[in-house]
Order: sequence, then structure tokens, then C-alpha cells
Amino acid sequence: MLKQTPLNAAHRALHAKLVDFGGWEMPLHYGSQIEEHHRVRKDAGMFDVSHMLAVDVDGEGGRNFLRQLLANNVDRLQVPGKALYSCMLNDTGGILDDLIVYFLDSRRFRVVVNAATAENDLKWMSSRKARAAAVTITPRRDLAMLAIQGPKARTKVWQALPQSKPATEALGSFFAAEWGAFFFGRTGYTGEDGFEIMLPAAEAPGLWQALLDAGVGPAGLGARDTLRLEAGMNLYGQDMDDTVTPLWCGLKWTVDLESPRDFIGKSALLAAPPRAQMLGLVLQERGVLRSHQEVETRNGRGEITSGSFSPTLDSSIALARLPVSVQTAESVKVKIRDKWLTARTVKYPFVRNGRSLIAGLPSSTR
Amino acid sequence: MSIPANLKYTDSHEWARPEADGTVTVGITHHAQDLLGDLVFVENPVLGRKLKKGEECGVVESVKAASDIYAPISGEVVAVNGDLETAPEKINEGAYGAWMFRLKPSNPAELAALLDAAGYQKLVEAEAH
Repeated sequence: MLKQTPLNAAHRALHAKLVDFGGWEMPLHYGSQIEEHHRVRKDAGMFDVSHMLAVDVDGEGGRNFLRQLLANNVDRLQVPGKALYSCMLNDTGGILDDLIVYFLDSRRFRVVVNAATAENDLKWMSSRKARAAAVTITPRRDLAMLAIQGPKARTKVWQALPQSKPATEALGSFFAAEWGAFFFGRTGYTGEDGFEIMLPAAEAPGLWQALLDAGVGPAGLGARDTLRLEAGMNLYGQDMDDTVTPLWCGLKWTVDLESPRDFIGKSALLAAPPRAQMLGLVLQERGVLRSHQEVETRNGRGEITSGSFSPTLDSSIALARLPVSVQTAESVKVKIRDKWLTARTVKYPFVRNGRSLIAGLPSSTR
Repeated sequence: MSIPANLKYTDSHEWARPEADGTVTVGITHHAQDLLGDLVFVENPVLGRKLKKGEECGVVESVKAASDIYAPISGEVVAVNGDLETAPEKINEGAYGAWMFRLKPSNPAELAALLDAAGYQKLVEAEAH
């Protein structure tokens, strides 16, 4: 029996194609995932992400607990509302999950973790909490989560929920605010502006309908995947897992190795040099790059971890784990079925705020 | 979407249409494109290739997945629809209009062995359960 979000009936009413996503029945698309993708880049789309889990970390000892739990430095969060992206590592430096932590006040943090890893994350967090630490860890399964993304997302949210505007209009990027029982984060997974809203499950269908009425288009997991790939954001379980460290999947910028603070996995990261790096690929021929395709470079072999068709660039793009000596703007070969096709290595993200960041590859006019 | 009665079908979701000149036009069904979602890449067999019934001879790829195309009957490829190279979405827009390639059958009797519309309808219904 698949788990359902509070918006399941709303998805059915819109004739969504529902699929099993890690034990959850989730919308893949509502007709055309490419149309949904363009809508987010150009206007506003919304995703039901209620399968993800918010975990509240409360108490005097919360900050200290997160200092040792997370690879990024939670002390970067000094202003209430500020958010931070981080990996949570095991003792050998492998990535257990990637997450966003929000700092609410001196006794309250909120962490948002992936759906498939949520149960293990909770066990890990409990097992790493010192018995005496003044910390409580509370999974918030009572909350639904909606991501509204796109250049017009915030305006349309305020149209749907006018009373929320005063509390949320001054929010900077990667900041959050509470508005009654609602939580607004100016965060997302698409490379566009927007909000992620957590709210009581019973209120989710009402907000969904109000957003539809305000002209926000429903978007499924299919579009979410192509949007995050264009935005150069890793997907847990595909671009990274507990067998790789952040240093070899493009997440070095999220790891704090400078401060004297110790954290779980730090000694392992310092002891072992990265065995690979992450680069973007743009296919130079007709075809579609896919995860697990083999990549041949002048300096050895690698593998695509995420690949798809980019609706914005009208080309096929990928994230690939390649030998550390490979440079950008190199020509490489990718094995697609029985042929080796030419691709070019690029720095990613590929797209940000509706615009191509890849030289010589303009945004599609569609 | 109703299944056209004038076509023949395979259990791998190709359709085949006998033409007046004796050739047979091939495409993928509405059901196939619906399962795949937005198509972004089509690879047809090359002109002149001689295919055996059931042989892998092309690929259609959507944003999400790739699917092989199999020859519904044996024959030589005498035409390919080059428009699909730049506009694969035409298959999503109308699967029975957007043909992929045309065969000159080497054993026309094979056509009779394919599914008719009623048989294909049953196959689609069985897959849904």
C-alpha cells in the first residue's frame, strides 16, 4: 500500500499520472512534463513535496548537536530565519542525506530531509544525540509541504494568501519566516525564485486550490527532476549516497573544513583525497544522456550520475562523476546503447533564473 | 482514445498500416506514447536496411525513458519520416499520424498474424491490471 500525501485527491482531480516514488504515490506529471518545466522557468508552478519530512530540533543543546551532526557549519546561521544547505555524513565521510536546516530562534531549528532516507535519518540523529543533551527531535508528519517556484511564484502566492504578504515579502533568498501555523522558506530545488511552504496537512488542499485559482500550474516529479538537473542540484540516491563523500560529488562548497569544529565524518574527509569530481556534460550529437552511462575521457573513465533532456536548452545534459584531472571544455565520449557519442564537459549549473549559463547554448524559445 | 480499426498491431506497441502500393507504414501506438510521456528523441532504421520480423530497428526516447522499436514484419526499409528527428513531439500530438518508417514486406503473410484493433485493445486492458 503506497503512502499518500494530503493532496492525493487534488492530483487525481487534475488527472495526474501517479507513480510509486519510494513508497509514496506521487504525481509524475499532469499531461506534459515539458510544459510544466517551461511554466516554472517562465511563470509559476507548484509541486507537492509532502513526502519530504520536516524534523524539528528543539532545546538549548540544538545548536551544539547540529554542530557535530552536519558537515556544513551551523554557526553560519546567526540571524533568525536563515537557512543552510548541508550534508549529513557517516563516520567514513559517506553522505547519509542532504538537507536544509532553518534557524528559527535560539532554541529551535528545523531540518528538512529526503523522503526515502527519512526513517534512517531519524534513527541516526537519535543515535548520535548524547543522552544528556538538552535536545528533542520531533518528526513533523503533521505538516504538508508545497514548493511554489518560478519568476511569478511569490506574487501568485500573495494573490492566493494576501494576509501572508506582510510577514513574507521582506524575506531574502534562503531565509524563512513563520506565519501562524504556516512556514515560508524562500528556498527551492529548481534554480528559480519562490517559496517552500509547510502547513498543517488539513489546510493543504485549500491552499492548493487557491494557488490554482491564482494561476499557479501543477507540476510533477518529472519536471522537478529536469529543473533541478538544469540548476545543477544533486539528487540523493542518484548523484550521491553513503558510498561517496561530498568532496567528490561537487559539494565541497558545503563542507566546512576550515573551522576547528569537529563533525561526524570530518577526519575521514581529511584523511582521504577525493577520488573523483563532478562535472556537467552537454551532448554534442542527437540522443539522450542517462544515469549509469559510461564516459571515456583522456584521463580515464567515469560515469553519468544524472542525465536527461533539458527543455530549457533543447539539448541533452548530465552530471557526471569523472577523474579529478578532467577539465571543463574537454571533449569526451559517452556510451549510449552500442555507440560512443561526443559530449563536452562544462561547469554547472546549466540554467539559473530562466537563463542559460552555457556559452553557445541559448535558452530555447519555446 | 479509440484504437483505429484499419491498422494492425504488435504486442510491443507498434502499429502497421498496409498501403495501396504494397508497402507497410509503421509507427508507435497512442498507448505507447502515453506510457513514455513527452518524446524528445527518435532514431529510425536507415533506408535500405533489411529487417526481420521482431528485429530491433529503432529507438524512441522520452524525457524519462528509452524504448526500442521492433519491426512488426520482415522487409526492406523504403522510407523514413525525417521530420521526427527535429520534432519527436509529433508522436505525442498524434501517434497514428506520426509514422516512423515504411517497409516493403518480404513476406506479406506476416501481416495477417498481427493483432487487430480488438486484439490490441485487449492487450492494453490486460496491461492496465
